[in-house]
Amino acid sequence: MDQLLQFLISGLTVGSIYALVALGFSIIYNASDVVNFAQGEFVMIGAMSAIFLLKDGMPYPAAVFCAIAITVLVGLALDKFAIEPAKNATVVTTIIITIGASIFLRGAALLIWGKEIYGLPPFSGDKPIVIGNATILPQNIWVMVGTGAAVLAVKYFFDKTLMGKAIMACSYNKKAAFLVGINVKQMLLVSYGLSAALGAAAGVLVAPITFMSYNSGVMLGLKGFCAAILGGMGSSMGAVAGGLLLGIIETIGAGFISSGYKDAIAFFVILVVLFIRPSGILGKAESDRV
Amino acid sequence: MKALDKIKIAVLCLCIGMTFCYGKALASDTVKIGSFLAVTGPASFLGDPELKTLQMYIDEINAKGGIDGKKIEFIHYDTKGKAKEAKNFVNRLIKKDKVDVIIGGTTSGNTLAVIDIVQKAKVPLISLAGSVKIIEPVKKWVFKTPHTDRMAAEKIFQDMKKRGITKIALITGNGGFDKSGRAQCFALAPKYGIEIVADEKYGNADTDMTTQLTKIRGTDAQAILNFGFGKAPAIVVKNIRQLGIKLPIYESHGVASKKFIELAGPAANGVRLPAAALIVADQLPANDPQKKVLLDYKKKYEAKYGPVSTFGGHAYDALFITVGAIERAKSSDPSKIRDEIEKTHGFVGTGGVFNMSPTDHLGLGLDAFKMIEVQDGNWKLLY
Repeated sequence: MDQLLQFLISGLTVGSIYALVALGFSIIYNASDVVNFAQGEFVMIGAMSAIFLLKDGMPYPAAVFCAIAITVLVGLALDKFAIEPAKNATVVTTIIITIGASIFLRGAALLIWGKEIYGLPPFSGDKPIVIGNATILPQNIWVMVGTGAAVLAVKYFFDKTLMGKAIMACSYNKKAAFLVGINVKQMLLVSYGLSAALGAAAGVLVAPITFMSYNSGVMLGLKGFCAAILGGMGSSMGAVAGGLLLGIIETIGAGFISSGYKDAIAFFVILVVLFIRPSGILGKAESDRV
Repeated sequence: MKALDKIKIAVLCLCIGMTFCYGKALASDTVKIGSFLAVTGPASFLGDPELKTLQMYIDEINAKGGIDGKKIEFIHYDTKGKAKEAKNFVNRLIKKDKVDVIIGGTTSGNTLAVIDIVQKAKVPLISLAGSVKIIEPVKKWVFKTPHTDRMAAEKIFQDMKKRGITKIALITGNGGFDKSGRAQCFALAPKYGIEIVADEKYGNADTDMTTQLTKIRGTDAQAILNFGFGKAPAIVVKNIRQLGIKLPIYESHGVASKKFIELAGPAANGVRLPAAALIVADQLPANDPQKKVLLDYKKKYEAKYGPVSTFGGHAYDALFITVGAIERAKSSDPSKIRDEIEKTHGFVGTGGVFNMSPTDHLGLGLDAFKMIEVQDGNWKLLY
């Protein structure tokens, strides 16, 4: 039982990574009902850009800032050149376009940065912090704080700002939003830019822990997607709940049952949850959109 | 107009005819080596240096006039690490390209998938993959150059025995290499009097292994053995240090590249692993037969592409075993080449000194592996 504390800390560590990635999904979903499968690639591009800018001698904070800026440009370009031209496409078609975009971005990253795996130095040292008989790395605390800040910011954006509300309006009814004077096209562009920024921030935060290569976005994107579904797609609090829960289920499953079945246990729990609550733990029921 | 058309057709026919003649003339002067490697995809860090090595040396051989005047025609396909693609490409190499010998199968999965095809088509195959299953039981047409995972496990257990370690914790990934290594550890442990007290697993794309290691911390293991490759072992080693576990750490030959030390940082210090001599070539004693071969290969590869890895070395060994066999066979007949590959004796390669036989299609002894320790961010040859 003295291991439980470490399991929980490990679970929260992994879970906050998932939560941060899951959060990126919610913004584009809120704007257009589309699940952007290139979200994991945003994470990868953010991390890889930061790694290489740092290598080229840029100071750490500047490298992080530029990496996020680069990823935002990629996000905007994705909307401008792939999503917008297909504006009359159905949600499913658009989702397929994002899958295609993710493959394209992965290929581009392979050509630019090669196949090697890279790490980023931690923000503030590598010395583990001891809590009881468990330990945690400073970088893990950075991830948790980063996730917390991002969640509050996203929540504030959607609940309190005009632009956030306008984006939400687009998701409920594009035509009605257009009629009340919302520039739907622009809102979509903003949401892609924001979600790319969030992805890049996630990438920079997790790169010191998990290392990055051109295809690291796949797994992170998938786990983030699971977390988002578990918590309730589109809800920022849901993303956090889903992420942390997924992380803790994984570690408790691995710790007390079997590490070989870690993912199977996690997916089983997700299935059970979705069977009972199809819209996720904190997701709103779909009935209001007839 | 019509007359002109006729002339055109006649010229065309002539051209086609000439190409045929030329093609035939060319065919008798070349020997065709085919390869299927995972140059992109998850195993690209293996396949990429392998292909570069093959291309570099084949160009060099051709520039010098080929093997006994026969130029090498090199045909390559990228499997992306997928077994299905490997099957398709090997069929194509045999049926369409009509190659005389095949080098490849970057991964064990890719190689095992094509064994039946080459056995049936009677074309010799030299694999660049690790699993012992490729050559055991012996298949007539299949050879390989990399050390096996069984040899790695034996070398590690020998070292543990020397240090008096009898209880170990095993932690492995979910890839083919990891699983095969794990099976070998379980099969060999009793022979060395070693008890495996913990058997933990992780996914190769996982971001954190502290849970599994916390469980290991709760056992009475005297050392931790991690069989894996890619980024996961670096995370494992970092997590072990994070948890303050002081046990000796053993890794497999899968991490024998500078990348591992770079990723794991100071946490890698003290980690022991068995590896081919390439990464410690300059530390070998001057009378070591491999020293010259290794330094030559390293110099050439690094001048052209950057840091060497042992994986490219496996391709070097496979290519020169093939070249030697073609020279001795004085023919490009696949079955004669096969017979000569099997007779390879005393060939000094990057992986060790190869002595093949009808019962041993690898031909390396346990001494081909060196025990290495990471010290101050560098490899140190122990013995």
